[in-house]
Amino acid sequence: MTGQKGLQIEELSIRADGRDLLRSVSLEVRPGEILGIIGPAGSGKTTLLRCLNRLADLDEGLRISGRVFLNGASILGRDADVVGIRRKIGLVFPVPTPLPLSIFDNLAFGPRIGGITAVEELRRMMESSLKSAYLWEEVNDRLNEPAANLSGGQQQRLCLARTLMLEPEILLLDEPCSGLDPISTAQIEEALKVLRKDMAIVLVTNNVKQASRVADKTAFLLLGELVEFAPTRELFTTPRDKRTEDYITGRFG
Amino acid sequence: MNRPKTMTRSRFAEGAVEWLIRASAFSAIVGLFLIFIFIGKEALPILTSPDVRKEANISKLFLPQDQAHPYSWQPVSEIPKYSILPLFVGTLKMTLVAVLFAIPLALGAALFTSEFSPGWLKEFIKPIIELLAGIPSVVLGFFALMVMASYVQELFGIVYRLNAINAGIALGLAVIPIVYTVADDALTSVPKSYREASMAMGASPWQTAWRVVFPAALPGILAACVLGFGRAIGETMIVLMASGNAAIMSWNLAKPARSLSATIAAELGEVVVGSAHYHVLFFIGISLFIFTFVLNMFAHWFVARLQKKVLGTI
Repeated sequence: MTGQKGLQIEELSIRADGRDLLRSVSLEVRPGEILGIIGPAGSGKTTLLRCLNRLADLDEGLRISGRVFLNGASILGRDADVVGIRRKIGLVFPVPTPLPLSIFDNLAFGPRIGGITAVEELRRMMESSLKSAYLWEEVNDRLNEPAANLSGGQQQRLCLARTLMLEPEILLLDEPCSGLDPISTAQIEEALKVLRKDMAIVLVTNNVKQASRVADKTAFLLLGELVEFAPTRELFTTPRDKRTEDYITGRFG
Repeated sequence: MNRPKTMTRSRFAEGAVEWLIRASAFSAIVGLFLIFIFIGKEALPILTSPDVRKEANISKLFLPQDQAHPYSWQPVSEIPKYSILPLFVGTLKMTLVAVLFAIPLALGAALFTSEFSPGWLKEFIKPIIELLAGIPSVVLGFFALMVMASYVQELFGIVYRLNAINAGIALGLAVIPIVYTVADDALTSVPKSYREASMAMGASPWQTAWRVVFPAALPGILAACVLGFGRAIGETMIVLMASGNAAIMSWNLAKPARSLSATIAAELGEVVVGSAHYHVLFFIGISLFIFTFVLNMFAHWFVARLQKKVLGTI
């Protein structure tokens, strides 16, 4: 196992209040790949992501078993460096979550926490992050405005850029386009296709078509169970499981 | 046939209820206005009546009088002296002690219960602090007079048993629950998404609390402080009992002090209606009224400005 790049999830199970949120899920994503996770609401997609960057620590009463490795090192243990893990495994939420600060301060938040305070360096990082998130043109002359002044789509791309400021190795996106118009959605998808070169991406989405457009591999989760996990083209053209076929053709869910 | 009738009745009831709650909303404003008019009317002779002005006018109230004792509050002596500056100084220095003592404690407690304590501990701490607000101020004053004063005197090595520090700390006990409750509400109502976004970027719980949650709650926290300040400046019974009540023109916290509110409480019961002393007491009342009113207006404006800066232009 050791020495392997990317994220390996092995037999991950999560229980809460005697209910199974995830049942023995095993997945893998390597740098250069986008892993799409699809499934109807309540399938455990968000729980899985929150577990991967240890944000699930904030939720009380979760019982997590199984193993998750980042570059071969376990990240679930009690003694794991949670802050370090969260910086290496960035998470973008389903709704834009700008902090009540200026655009500049939102972007600088992560690096400043990590000890980078030189304005010149922050600006350099900002330019490349914002360009990667296709937001540079729109905000480069108004970095000192409150982030709340941006439109919803711009805010979500700001949140993506903000996560990129941490230069993560793994990028987790939880339905990042759920509230966005088609143009903003296309911009984020473009951004992901380029970003894939530098990192492994896990994209949870309610939109089956989005997974088929951008993901290299796709996993179908249903009520906490991993029904099928295959290269995207294979899963969408020749699904092995009847339930996968029903879901991607829109017969339920 | 019955239906339209009940409809009209319910519409009438609707209108009546709306009128009633509107009236109750405006009654507070009307009450405030009437209080202002009444106190103002009784204070006005200080400016207008020649008889009263001979004994007490603005310059006698605020400017130094004779060389030996430039500022004296001796309203019932042979030659009455009505310098109210020592009362202002007394009020301000006790308020200062109260605020410096109460606000850090209350904000620390609010930060702890809203951000760090487990749920059961908050359920334990919050009601107890709020219980403090339910203690009548006369009881707090009695406690400060009989028990606390000795300890404060010993702790700070003060000559006078009753002094501004003692009264200020007792006052602080009354201020803490107000500041705590409002600040805790403000912190708790900061959206969970801010905390999660901050944590997801690798911030520790303390960094999240200090850099994200606290600034986001700042308008509410400032409102809490202003409320606490207002309570401290107007509180009467505690300072009346615990301060020693000597009208001394001195910023020395170890000396006794007399506050504006305690002066009104102590003297209004025995003053001759219509005398200069009577009108001076009302003048003190209207000064307190205007002072807290202006303070509240300014705080309101400041908080609104801050909110706009934090949340952007809406």
